[in-house]
Amino acid sequence: MTDLPYWTEEHHQIREMVRDFAENEIRPIAREHDLESKFPWQTVKRMGELGLMGATWSDELGGAGLDYISYLIIIEELAKVDVSHAITVSAHTTLGTSPIVNFGTEAQKQKYVPLLATGQVLGGFGLTEAQAGSDAGGTATFAEEKSDHFVLNGSKVFITHAGVGEIFCVTARTDPHPAKRTDGITSFIVCKDTVDLDRAREVGIGHAEDLEKTRGVKAGKKEDKMGWRASDTRELILEDAIVPKEDMLGEQGRGFANFLQTLDSGRIGVGALSLGLAEGALNESLAYTSERRQFGKPVAAFQGVHFQLADMATEIEAARHLVYHAGWLKQNGKPHKKEAAMAKLFASELCMRTTIKAVQLHGGYGYTTEYPVERMMRDAKVCEIGEGTSEIQRIVIARQLLGDLVQL
Amino acid sequence: MKIAVCIKRVPDTETRIKIGADGKSIVEDGVKFVLNPYDEYAIEEALQLKEKSGDGEVVAIAMGSAASQETIRGALAMGADRGILLQTDAVSVNPVTVAKVLAAELDGAGYDLILFGKYAVDDSSQAVGTIVSELLSLPSVSAIGHLELADGKGTAEREIEGGVEVVEFSLPAVVTADKGLNEPRYPALRGIMMAKKKPLEVKPVELGDGGMTVIQLALPPERPEGRIVGEGPDAVPALIEALRTEAKVL
Ligand SMILES: Cc1cc2nc3c(=O)[nH]c(=O)nc-3n(C[C@H](O)[C@H](O)[C@H](O)COP(=O)(O)OP(=O)(O)OC[C@H]3O[C@@H](n4cnc5c(N)ncnc54)[C@H](O)[C@@H]3O)c2cc1C
Repeated sequence: MTDLPYWTEEHHQIREMVRDFAENEIRPIAREHDLESKFPWQTVKRMGELGLMGATWSDELGGAGLDYISYLIIIEELAKVDVSHAITVSAHTTLGTSPIVNFGTEAQKQKYVPLLATGQVLGGFGLTEAQAGSDAGGTATFAEEKSDHFVLNGSKVFITHAGVGEIFCVTARTDPHPAKRTDGITSFIVCKDTVDLDRAREVGIGHAEDLEKTRGVKAGKKEDKMGWRASDTRELILEDAIVPKEDMLGEQGRGFANFLQTLDSGRIGVGALSLGLAEGALNESLAYTSERRQFGKPVAAFQGVHFQLADMATEIEAARHLVYHAGWLKQNGKPHKKEAAMAKLFASELCMRTTIKAVQLHGGYGYTTEYPVERMMRDAKVCEIGEGTSEIQRIVIARQLLGDLVQL
Repeated sequence: MKIAVCIKRVPDTETRIKIGADGKSIVEDGVKFVLNPYDEYAIEEALQLKEKSGDGEVVAIAMGSAASQETIRGALAMGADRGILLQTDAVSVNPVTVAKVLAAELDGAGYDLILFGKYAVDDSSQAVGTIVSELLSLPSVSAIGHLELADGKGTAEREIEGGVEVVEFSLPAVVTADKGLNEPRYPALRGIMMAKKKPLEVKPVELGDGGMTVIQLALPPERPEGRIVGEGPDAVPALIEALRTEAKVL
């Protein structure tokens, strides 16, 4: 596939390494972890050792000091083979760690980021609530201010790593009656023990004994999902959770603005993930249609199949440019809200279309768990939902287009 | 402990090779080049020996065009300390000319151990490492599957037909690595970043006249399509017959 102008020799080396790792270490275990909806502790540990859990953070925070494009390459390559692994890195990095790096105090960074960047513990981001999904400004979780701490009450749903993880950035309302509904929301850092203590001890990651846990924070029931089954999604419950003031993240009342910024970059990551998934489905389809023979020839020899493959590849090429261009804008400190939403919207809807076509090109075999396209098709759907649904992306894009023209 | 690892940039074994219009060379456009897979074992072994001994230096040496710098940086990303590119655009099919260039670089540089892959997957000559040992008058053990070093001596295991041969030799020495010698590591992100800052010396070299030229390259004949002889136990006699008379493997 075409090399983009944004790539350097290191980017190629990173791509080779992650590709080899994904092919050799993840491909053989992906199916089993999907079927059994099992978190892949062993490979997550190895991803941590390779530096994939903190690629972009500085050396002194335990990261590898890479640029944002490198991060996108990592997500894309993992997603080609297994989206659950890709979302694990993505949710951990952009949702779980980046708010602390971007909005945290020096003390917060020193305390939490090295644990996360090395993959020693997993992180997550608690925004969504049962009654506040697309409408995240409707946050009802409440943080009551006391002398030196806050008391948090509420519940966050669909939280990636709520079970396996230990460090979370969560949002809660600190002002019950703000002038504007989206004001008065504040972010906090909370910690809990992983639900998988035995397994964490066995593999040697996932738990930090010395990390002080927040009383009153616990994981709820695990979601039984259509896709992303090897990724951990659960409720995160805050019950009279005592959060010391030094664990407030960013300024009081700035929570909404901050998570919008976090989501902008998260979206480019989900764009890269969706792109990788689409490419993975195309690769499977190229291999299968070249092997599978009907009417005396490989099915890839039929023109009707050429058209499918050519369309898939062309759309993927377009998605690549959207995703890496948005990444390049972000990396160079340029505005990227619209481009991030476009990349996420286009790539996520593309991976849904591509995986459906991939199953079709595999015929009946594609409908069985023998071939990865079945899992890929299930994994694709949530790309159009998580980190802002397709509808919300369109709203974000339209606001950028119309913002100055009409009162929205 | 000072260790040299000689490495080569080769086409990926998964690449579909096309033969050029001259009928003697491959078309390099669109071909992916990688570090020779057997050399990965050699690098890994060198790194493990250094780590075990607690100090020392691992030097990755390649002979080839400027593009081989990338291959050397791959070795540096895995953990080698520095690299040397013996740069030439000339291609030699005679392993003796290649070995002479490498031997000239290695001679007198104080290496305790010189590692090669057992062969390069592009021309598969299996000769360069062994010829280098001859040129340097050093002991050599080829295609090793296990290696131990102690008290200035090495012990290596080689797989031979139906068994294992254990060889003892004095250091310095040349060994060539077989698959299974170890599990080569993936370069960590930090290693990839650090590789940029490690020294990579480029030395232009001249290849002597090897007295050998390639006159023709040919692709293996296409495999004919498979045939289903029949199904179930009834098909066994027909299968045996076909294996005996058509495939001639029985
Ligand atoms: C596997 C998974 C992992 C997740 N991980 C996390 C996580 O780590 N952290 C976190 O905070 N959240 C997470 N989420 C939550 C996710 O971000 C939300 O599900 C998503 O934002 C949509 O919210 P909702 O589910 O409440 O849907 P709703 O907002 O109820 O939407 C229902 C439908 O209405 C549409 N809709 C809503 N508003 C509008 C509008 N104004 N105009 C047009 N259409 C509209 C939506 O597009 C959608 O089609 C995760 C979700 C899943 C499934």
